[in-house]
Amino acid sequence: MARIFAGLSTSHVPAIGAAIDLGKTTQPYWKPLFAGYEFTKEWIKDAKPDVVILVYNDHASAFSLELIPTFALGCAPEFAPADEGWGARPVPVVKGHPELAAHLAQSLILDEFDLTIANKMDVDHGLTVPLSLVYGQPQEWPCRVIPLAVNVVQYPPPTGNRCLNLGKAIRRAVESYPEDLRVMVFGTGGMSHQLHGLRAGLINKEFDNRFMDFVIDAPEKAAAIRPVEYLREAGSEGIELVMWLIMRGALHERVRCIKRFYHVPASNTALGHMILENEVMHGQ
Amino acid sequence: MREPQDYDDIPGTIVFDADRSRQGYWLNQFCMSLMNAANRAAFKGDEAGYLNDWAMTPEQRQAVLDRDWNRMIALGGNIYFLAKIFSSDGKSFQQVAAIMTVSTQEAYAQMMIAGGRHPDGNRYQSEWDAKRTNDPEAGK
Repeated sequence: MARIFAGLSTSHVPAIGAAIDLGKTTQPYWKPLFAGYEFTKEWIKDAKPDVVILVYNDHASAFSLELIPTFALGCAPEFAPADEGWGARPVPVVKGHPELAAHLAQSLILDEFDLTIANKMDVDHGLTVPLSLVYGQPQEWPCRVIPLAVNVVQYPPPTGNRCLNLGKAIRRAVESYPEDLRVMVFGTGGMSHQLHGLRAGLINKEFDNRFMDFVIDAPEKAAAIRPVEYLREAGSEGIELVMWLIMRGALHERVRCIKRFYHVPASNTALGHMILENEVMHGQ
Repeated sequence: MREPQDYDDIPGTIVFDADRSRQGYWLNQFCMSLMNAANRAAFKGDEAGYLNDWAMTPEQRQAVLDRDWNRMIALGGNIYFLAKIFSSDGKSFQQVAAIMTVSTQEAYAQMMIAGGRHPDGNRYQSEWDAKRTNDPEAGK
Protein backbone atom coordinates (compact mmCIF):
# COMPACT_ATOMS: atom_id res chain seq x y z
CA MET A 1 0.00 0.00 0.00
CA ALA A 2 1.04 3.60 -0.48
CA ARG A 3 2.58 5.44 2.48
CA ILE A 4 3.41 9.03 3.30
CA PHE A 5 6.80 8.90 5.03
CA ALA A 6 7.78 12.55 5.29
CA GLY A 7 6.72 16.11 4.67
CA LEU A 8 8.65 19.14 3.51
CA SER A 9 7.82 22.82 3.75
CA THR A 10 9.40 25.64 1.82
CA SER A 11 8.76 29.15 0.60
CA HIS A 12 8.29 29.48 -3.17
CA VAL A 13 9.46 33.03 -3.94
CA PRO A 14 9.63 33.67 -7.73
CA ALA A 15 12.97 35.51 -7.44
CA ILE A 16 14.51 32.24 -6.19
CA GLY A 17 13.48 30.56 -9.44
CA ALA A 18 14.98 33.44 -11.41
CA ALA A 19 18.22 33.17 -9.41
CA ILE A 20 18.46 29.45 -10.26
CA ASP A 21 17.52 29.91 -13.91
CA LEU A 22 20.00 32.78 -14.39
CA GLY A 23 22.86 31.05 -12.55
CA LYS A 24 23.03 33.52 -9.65
CA THR A 25 22.95 31.04 -6.78
CA THR A 26 26.57 31.68 -5.71
CA GLN A 27 26.20 35.47 -5.61
CA PRO A 28 26.61 36.92 -2.10
CA TYR A 29 22.90 37.85 -1.85
CA TRP A 30 21.71 34.32 -2.69
CA LYS A 31 24.48 32.06 -1.43
CA PRO A 32 23.34 31.79 2.22
CA LEU A 33 19.79 31.02 1.08
CA PHE A 34 20.80 28.16 -1.20
CA ALA A 35 23.19 26.83 1.45
CA GLY A 36 20.05 26.15 3.50
CA TYR A 37 18.98 23.54 0.92
CA GLU A 38 22.24 21.60 0.57
CA PHE A 39 21.25 19.05 3.22
CA THR A 40 17.87 18.60 1.56
CA LYS A 41 19.33 17.99 -1.89
CA GLU A 42 21.41 15.13 -0.46
CA TRP A 43 18.63 13.80 1.76
CA ILE A 44 16.16 13.54 -1.11
CA LYS A 45 18.56 11.28 -3.07
CA ASP A 46 18.11 8.61 -0.39
CA ALA A 47 14.52 9.40 0.47
CA LYS A 48 13.49 9.01 -3.19
CA PRO A 49 9.76 9.65 -3.05
CA ASP A 50 7.87 8.05 -5.94
CA VAL A 51 5.18 10.71 -5.74
CA VAL A 52 5.07 14.20 -4.24
CA ILE A 53 1.71 15.76 -3.43
CA LEU A 54 2.70 19.39 -3.86
CA VAL A 55 0.52 21.93 -2.07
CA TYR A 56 0.98 25.41 -3.50
CA ASN A 57 -0.97 28.37 -4.73
CA ASP A 58 -1.48 29.65 -8.24
CA HIS A 59 -0.60 33.34 -8.70
CA ALA A 60 -3.06 34.42 -11.39
CA SER A 61 -1.50 32.00 -13.88
CA ALA A 62 -3.83 29.02 -14.34
CA PHE A 63 -6.76 30.72 -12.61
CA SER A 64 -7.93 34.25 -13.33
CA LEU A 65 -10.89 35.75 -11.47
CA GLU A 66 -13.24 33.75 -13.72
CA LEU A 67 -12.87 30.68 -11.54
CA ILE A 68 -11.43 30.56 -8.01
CA PRO A 69 -11.35 27.01 -6.64
CA THR A 70 -10.45 26.79 -2.97
CA PHE A 71 -8.75 23.41 -3.51
CA ALA A 72 -7.91 22.13 -7.02
CA LEU A 73 -6.34 18.70 -7.41
CA GLY A 74 -4.26 18.12 -10.54
CA CYS A 75 -5.33 14.79 -12.05
CA ALA A 76 -3.67 15.15 -15.48
CA PRO A 77 -0.76 13.03 -16.81
CA GLU A 78 1.36 16.18 -17.07
CA PHE A 79 1.41 19.86 -16.25
CA ALA A 80 3.24 22.49 -18.29
CA PRO A 81 5.24 25.26 -16.59
CA ALA A 82 3.16 28.44 -16.97
CA ASP A 83 4.15 31.55 -18.90
CA GLU A 84 3.68 34.07 -16.11
CA GLY A 85 4.13 37.08 -18.34
CA TRP A 86 7.88 36.86 -18.85
CA GLY A 87 8.06 33.40 -20.50
CA ALA A 88 7.82 29.97 -18.86
CA ARG A 89 10.65 28.90 -16.53
CA PRO A 90 13.16 26.62 -18.31
CA VAL A 91 12.27 23.59 -16.20
CA PRO A 92 11.03 20.11 -17.16
CA VAL A 93 7.36 19.39 -17.72
CA VAL A 94 5.83 18.12 -14.47
CA LYS A 95 4.65 14.50 -14.74
CA GLY A 96 1.56 13.70 -12.75
CA HIS A 97 0.31 10.46 -11.26
CA PRO A 98 -3.22 10.30 -12.69
CA GLU A 99 -4.06 6.94 -11.07
CA LEU A 100 -3.21 8.02 -7.52
CA ALA A 101 -4.73 11.45 -8.19
CA ALA A 102 -8.01 9.86 -9.28
CA HIS A 103 -7.99 7.71 -6.16
CA LEU A 104 -7.31 10.79 -4.00
CA ALA A 105 -10.13 12.74 -5.65
CA GLN A 106 -12.61 9.96 -5.09
CA SER A 107 -11.52 9.22 -1.52
CA LEU A 108 -11.36 12.85 -0.46
CA ILE A 109 -14.75 13.79 -1.87
CA LEU A 110 -16.38 10.80 -0.17
CA ASP A 111 -14.53 11.89 2.99
CA GLU A 112 -16.39 15.24 2.59
CA PHE A 113 -13.55 17.36 1.18
CA ASP A 114 -15.13 18.69 -1.98
CA LEU A 115 -12.14 19.31 -4.21
CA THR A 116 -12.17 20.74 -7.70
CA ILE A 117 -10.67 18.33 -10.21
CA ALA A 118 -8.23 19.94 -12.63
CA ASN A 119 -7.53 17.92 -15.77
CA LYS A 120 -5.69 20.79 -17.42
CA MET A 121 -3.64 23.18 -15.35
CA ASP A 122 -0.39 24.99 -16.07
CA VAL A 123 1.79 25.25 -12.99
CA ASP A 124 3.58 28.44 -12.02
CA HIS A 125 6.54 29.30 -9.77
CA GLY A 126 4.51 28.28 -6.71
CA LEU A 127 4.98 24.66 -7.77
CA THR A 128 8.21 24.71 -9.77
CA VAL A 129 10.39 26.74 -7.37
CA PRO A 130 10.07 24.14 -4.57
CA LEU A 131 11.01 21.38 -7.05
CA SER A 132 14.05 23.37 -8.17
CA LEU A 133 15.13 24.00 -4.56
CA VAL A 134 14.94 20.30 -3.72
CA TYR A 135 16.06 18.67 -7.00
CA GLY A 136 18.22 21.34 -8.64
CA GLN A 137 18.23 21.45 -12.44
CA PRO A 138 17.66 17.89 -13.74
CA GLN A 139 16.61 16.99 -17.31
CA GLU A 140 13.49 15.34 -15.88
CA TRP A 141 11.99 15.68 -12.40
CA PRO A 142 12.85 12.42 -10.60
CA CYS A 143 9.39 11.96 -9.11
CA ARG A 144 5.77 12.16 -10.12
CA VAL A 145 3.92 15.22 -8.81
CA ILE A 146 0.27 15.66 -7.90
CA PRO A 147 -0.39 19.41 -7.69
CA LEU A 148 -2.85 20.61 -5.06
CA ALA A 149 -3.59 24.27 -5.74
CA VAL A 150 -5.05 26.24 -2.82
CA ASN A 151 -6.67 29.64 -3.25
CA VAL A 152 -4.81 32.17 -1.14
CA VAL A 153 -5.14 35.05 -3.61
CA GLN A 154 -8.70 36.10 -2.90
CA TYR A 155 -9.52 36.34 0.80
CA PRO A 156 -10.47 34.22 2.61
CA PRO A 157 -8.30 31.19 1.96
CA PRO A 158 -9.39 27.99 3.69
CA THR A 159 -8.74 28.17 7.43
CA GLY A 160 -5.68 26.58 8.97
CA ASN A 161 -7.94 24.09 10.70
CA ARG A 162 -9.54 23.07 7.41
CA CYS A 163 -6.11 22.63 5.89
CA LEU A 164 -4.88 20.47 8.79
CA ASN A 165 -7.96 18.28 8.47
CA LEU A 166 -7.57 18.01 4.71
CA GLY A 167 -4.03 16.78 5.33
CA LYS A 168 -5.37 14.08 7.64
CA ALA A 169 -7.85 13.04 4.96
CA ILE A 170 -5.03 12.91 2.40
CA ARG A 171 -3.16 10.51 4.68
CA ARG A 172 -6.23 8.24 4.91
CA ALA A 173 -6.68 8.40 1.14
CA VAL A 174 -3.04 7.58 0.37
CA GLU A 175 -3.01 4.69 2.83
CA SER A 176 -6.02 3.15 1.12
CA TYR A 177 -4.22 3.01 -2.24
CA PRO A 178 -3.13 -0.58 -2.95
CA GLU A 179 0.10 0.02 -4.89
CA ASP A 180 3.35 0.28 -2.90
CA LEU A 181 4.35 3.90 -3.33
CA ARG A 182 6.58 6.15 -1.25
CA VAL A 183 4.77 9.46 -1.01
CA MET A 184 5.79 12.85 0.33
CA VAL A 185 3.72 15.97 0.82
CA PHE A 186 5.27 19.39 0.22
CA GLY A 187 3.57 22.39 1.87
CA THR A 188 4.79 25.59 0.26
CA GLY A 189 4.45 29.37 0.50
CA GLY A 190 5.13 31.98 3.18
CA MET A 191 6.64 32.83 5.47
CA SER A 192 5.84 36.38 6.58
CA HIS A 193 5.63 38.84 3.70
CA GLN A 194 3.52 41.64 2.32
CA LEU A 195 3.82 42.63 -1.33
CA HIS A 196 1.46 45.56 -1.62
CA GLY A 197 0.65 48.92 -0.10
CA LEU A 198 2.43 51.20 2.36
CA ARG A 199 3.20 48.29 4.71
CA ALA A 200 4.99 46.20 2.04
CA GLY A 201 8.16 44.56 3.32
CA LEU A 202 6.70 43.43 6.63
CA ILE A 203 8.68 40.56 8.16
CA ASN A 204 7.84 38.96 11.53
CA LYS A 205 10.62 36.64 12.68
CA GLU A 206 8.98 35.91 16.01
CA PHE A 207 5.71 34.87 14.38
CA ASP A 208 7.48 32.73 11.78
CA ASN A 209 9.63 30.86 14.28
CA ARG A 210 6.72 30.25 16.62
CA PHE A 211 4.74 28.98 13.64
CA MET A 212 7.53 26.52 12.82
CA ASP A 213 7.59 25.35 16.46
CA PHE A 214 3.82 24.81 16.34
CA VAL A 215 3.92 22.98 13.01
CA ILE A 216 6.42 20.50 14.44
CA ASP A 217 5.02 19.79 17.90
CA ALA A 218 1.62 21.48 18.26
CA PRO A 219 -0.10 21.61 14.88
CA GLU A 220 -3.48 22.18 16.51
CA LYS A 221 -2.11 25.47 17.89
CA ALA A 222 -1.02 26.53 14.41
CA ALA A 223 -4.43 25.48 13.09
CA ALA A 224 -6.12 27.78 15.63
CA ILE A 225 -4.44 30.93 14.26
CA ARG A 226 -7.24 33.10 12.92
CA PRO A 227 -7.11 34.54 9.39
CA VAL A 228 -6.90 38.14 10.66
CA GLU A 229 -3.93 37.19 12.81
CA TYR A 230 -1.96 36.00 9.76
CA LEU A 231 -2.80 39.24 7.93
CA ARG A 232 -1.83 41.49 10.84
CA GLU A 233 1.22 39.58 12.10
CA ALA A 234 2.65 37.88 9.01
CA GLY A 235 1.58 40.35 6.31
CA SER A 236 -1.24 40.11 3.81
CA GLU A 237 0.58 37.43 1.78
CA GLY A 238 1.87 35.58 4.86
CA ILE A 239 -1.51 33.86 5.06
CA GLU A 240 -0.08 31.40 2.50
CA LEU A 241 1.28 29.59 5.56
CA VAL A 242 -2.02 27.73 5.93
CA MET A 243 -0.74 25.48 3.14
CA TRP A 244 1.98 24.12 5.43
CA LEU A 245 -0.77 22.67 7.59
CA ILE A 246 -2.01 20.38 4.81
CA MET A 247 1.48 18.87 4.76
CA ARG A 248 1.51 18.60 8.55
CA GLY A 249 -1.92 16.98 8.74
CA ALA A 250 -0.78 14.25 6.36
CA LEU A 251 1.94 13.13 8.81
CA HIS A 252 1.76 11.21 12.07
CA GLU A 253 0.88 12.99 15.29
CA ARG A 254 4.53 12.82 16.33
CA VAL A 255 7.21 13.85 13.86
CA ARG A 256 10.94 14.42 13.88
CA CYS A 257 12.23 17.66 12.38
CA ILE A 258 15.46 16.73 10.60
CA LYS A 259 16.00 20.06 8.86
CA ARG A 260 14.94 23.56 9.84
CA PHE A 261 16.08 26.69 8.05
CA TYR A 262 15.02 30.33 8.20
CA HIS A 263 16.45 33.19 6.18
CA VAL A 264 15.59 36.85 5.56
CA PRO A 265 15.29 38.15 2.91
CA ALA A 266 14.37 36.40 -0.28
CA SER A 267 13.35 39.49 -2.24
CA ASN A 268 10.35 40.71 -0.17
CA THR A 269 9.89 37.54 1.84
CA ALA A 270 11.04 35.61 4.89
CA LEU A 271 12.04 32.14 3.73
CA GLY A 272 11.35 29.06 5.82
CA HIS A 273 12.12 25.41 5.12
CA MET A 274 11.67 22.21 7.11
CA ILE A 275 11.75 18.44 6.62
CA LEU A 276 9.56 16.42 8.97
CA GLU A 277 9.77 12.63 9.19
CA ASN A 278 7.15 10.43 10.73
CA GLU A 279 8.31 9.23 14.14
CA VAL A 280 8.64 5.46 13.97
CA MET A 281 7.61 3.95 17.31
CA HIS A 282 9.16 0.76 18.63
CA GLY A 283 6.98 -2.21 17.95
CA GLN A 284 5.43 -0.68 14.82
CA MET B 1 -22.36 48.82 0.92
CA ARG B 2 -19.17 47.32 2.25
CA GLU B 3 -19.49 45.46 5.55
CA PRO B 4 -16.87 46.34 8.17
CA GLN B 5 -14.21 43.63 8.54
CA ASP B 6 -11.86 42.70 11.37
CA TYR B 7 -8.86 43.41 9.11
CA ASP B 8 -9.90 46.96 8.17
CA ASP B 9 -7.69 48.45 10.93
CA ILE B 10 -4.44 46.95 9.60
CA PRO B 11 -2.47 49.96 8.34
CA GLY B 12 -1.18 50.25 4.78
CA THR B 13 -2.96 47.04 3.80
CA ILE B 14 -5.90 46.43 1.49
CA VAL B 15 -7.11 42.86 1.79
CA PHE B 16 -8.26 41.45 -1.56
CA ASP B 17 -11.60 40.09 -0.45
CA ALA B 18 -14.76 39.27 -2.39
CA ASP B 19 -15.89 42.94 -2.45
CA ARG B 20 -12.54 44.15 -3.81
CA SER B 21 -12.49 41.27 -6.28
CA ARG B 22 -15.89 42.32 -7.60
CA GLN B 23 -14.83 45.98 -7.78
CA GLY B 24 -11.57 45.11 -9.54
CA TYR B 25 -12.85 42.32 -11.76
CA TRP B 26 -12.20 43.93 -15.15
CA LEU B 27 -9.03 45.69 -14.03
CA ASN B 28 -7.61 42.32 -13.01
CA GLN B 29 -8.93 40.53 -16.09
CA PHE B 30 -7.26 43.17 -18.26
CA CYS B 31 -4.01 42.40 -16.42
CA MET B 32 -4.52 38.71 -17.14
CA SER B 33 -4.69 39.45 -20.88
CA LEU B 34 -1.06 40.64 -20.71
CA MET B 35 0.13 37.06 -20.25
CA ASN B 36 -0.12 36.79 -24.02
CA ALA B 37 2.76 38.32 -26.02
CA ALA B 38 0.53 39.68 -28.80
CA ASN B 39 -1.69 41.42 -26.24
CA ARG B 40 1.36 42.89 -24.52
CA ALA B 41 2.47 44.37 -27.85
CA ALA B 42 -0.99 45.77 -28.53
CA PHE B 43 -1.13 47.34 -25.07
CA LYS B 44 2.33 48.87 -25.41
CA GLY B 45 1.42 50.23 -28.86
CA ASP B 46 -1.68 52.07 -27.66
CA GLU B 47 -2.25 51.84 -23.92
CA ALA B 48 -5.32 54.10 -23.73
CA GLY B 49 -6.93 52.45 -26.74
CA TYR B 50 -6.29 48.95 -25.38
CA LEU B 51 -7.76 49.91 -21.98
CA ASN B 52 -10.89 51.28 -23.63
CA ASP B 53 -11.75 47.76 -24.75
CA TRP B 54 -12.14 46.68 -21.13
CA ALA B 55 -15.16 47.45 -18.93
CA MET B 56 -13.06 49.31 -16.39
CA THR B 57 -13.93 52.59 -14.67
CA PRO B 58 -12.21 55.79 -15.91
CA GLU B 59 -10.38 55.93 -12.54
CA GLN B 60 -9.03 52.41 -13.02
CA ARG B 61 -7.88 53.22 -16.56
CA GLN B 62 -6.15 56.39 -15.40
CA ALA B 63 -4.41 54.57 -12.54
CA VAL B 64 -3.03 52.02 -15.04
CA LEU B 65 -1.81 54.76 -17.39
CA ASP B 66 -0.20 56.55 -14.41
CA ARG B 67 1.27 53.26 -13.08
CA ASP B 68 -0.17 54.37 -9.72
CA TRP B 69 0.08 51.00 -7.97
CA ASN B 70 -1.45 52.02 -4.65
CA ARG B 71 -4.38 53.58 -6.51
CA MET B 72 -4.90 50.42 -8.58
CA ILE B 73 -4.91 48.40 -5.36
CA ALA B 74 -7.42 50.81 -3.82
CA LEU B 75 -9.64 50.37 -6.89
CA GLY B 76 -9.75 46.59 -6.59
CA GLY B 77 -6.48 45.54 -8.22
CA ASN B 78 -4.69 42.52 -6.83
CA ILE B 79 -0.90 42.52 -6.66
CA TYR B 80 -0.50 39.17 -8.49
CA PHE B 81 -2.59 40.48 -11.36
CA LEU B 82 -0.90 43.89 -11.37
CA ALA B 83 2.38 41.94 -11.64
CA LYS B 84 1.44 41.26 -15.29
CA ILE B 85 1.59 45.04 -15.95
CA PHE B 86 4.87 45.68 -14.16
CA SER B 87 6.47 42.54 -15.61
CA SER B 88 5.66 43.80 -19.08
CA ASP B 89 7.28 47.10 -17.99
CA GLY B 90 10.38 45.11 -16.97
CA LYS B 91 9.93 45.83 -13.26
CA SER B 92 10.28 43.39 -10.35
CA PHE B 93 8.10 42.91 -7.27
CA GLN B 94 10.78 44.60 -5.20
CA GLN B 95 10.99 47.64 -7.46
CA VAL B 96 7.23 48.08 -7.29
CA ALA B 97 7.18 47.50 -3.52
CA ALA B 98 9.70 50.35 -3.21
CA ILE B 99 7.40 52.62 -5.23
CA MET B 100 4.32 51.62 -3.21
CA THR B 101 6.07 52.36 0.09
CA VAL B 102 7.25 55.76 -1.20
CA SER B 103 10.85 54.63 -0.85
CA THR B 104 13.75 54.22 -3.24
CA GLN B 105 14.75 50.83 -4.58
CA GLU B 106 18.08 51.06 -2.75
CA ALA B 107 16.52 52.05 0.57
CA TYR B 108 13.83 49.39 0.29
CA ALA B 109 16.32 46.64 -0.63
CA GLN B 110 18.49 47.73 2.30
CA MET B 111 15.50 47.58 4.66
CA MET B 112 14.83 44.00 3.55
CA ILE B 113 18.48 42.97 3.99
CA ALA B 114 18.36 44.48 7.48
CA GLY B 115 15.45 42.16 8.34
CA GLY B 116 12.42 43.83 6.78
CA ARG B 117 9.74 46.08 8.24
CA HIS B 118 9.29 45.13 11.90
CA PRO B 119 5.70 44.45 12.97
CA ASP B 120 5.97 46.65 16.08
CA GLY B 121 4.10 49.88 15.41
CA ASN B 122 2.70 48.44 12.18
CA ARG B 123 -0.18 46.29 13.38
CA TYR B 124 -2.98 48.84 13.87
CA GLN B 125 -4.03 51.98 12.04
CA SER B 126 -4.16 53.74 15.43
CA GLU B 127 -0.40 53.22 15.78
CA TRP B 128 0.19 54.97 12.46
CA ASP B 129 -2.22 57.78 13.38
CA ALA B 130 -0.40 58.33 16.70
CA LYS B 131 2.95 58.45 14.86
CA ARG B 132 1.57 61.12 12.56
CA THR B 133 0.24 63.21 15.47
CA ASN B 134 3.56 63.04 17.34
CA ASP B 135 5.65 63.70 14.26
CA PRO B 136 3.90 65.75 11.61
CA GLU B 137 6.66 64.84 9.14
CA ALA B 138 6.00 61.07 9.45
CA GLY B 139 3.99 59.42 6.76
CA LYS B 140 4.52 62.20 4.24
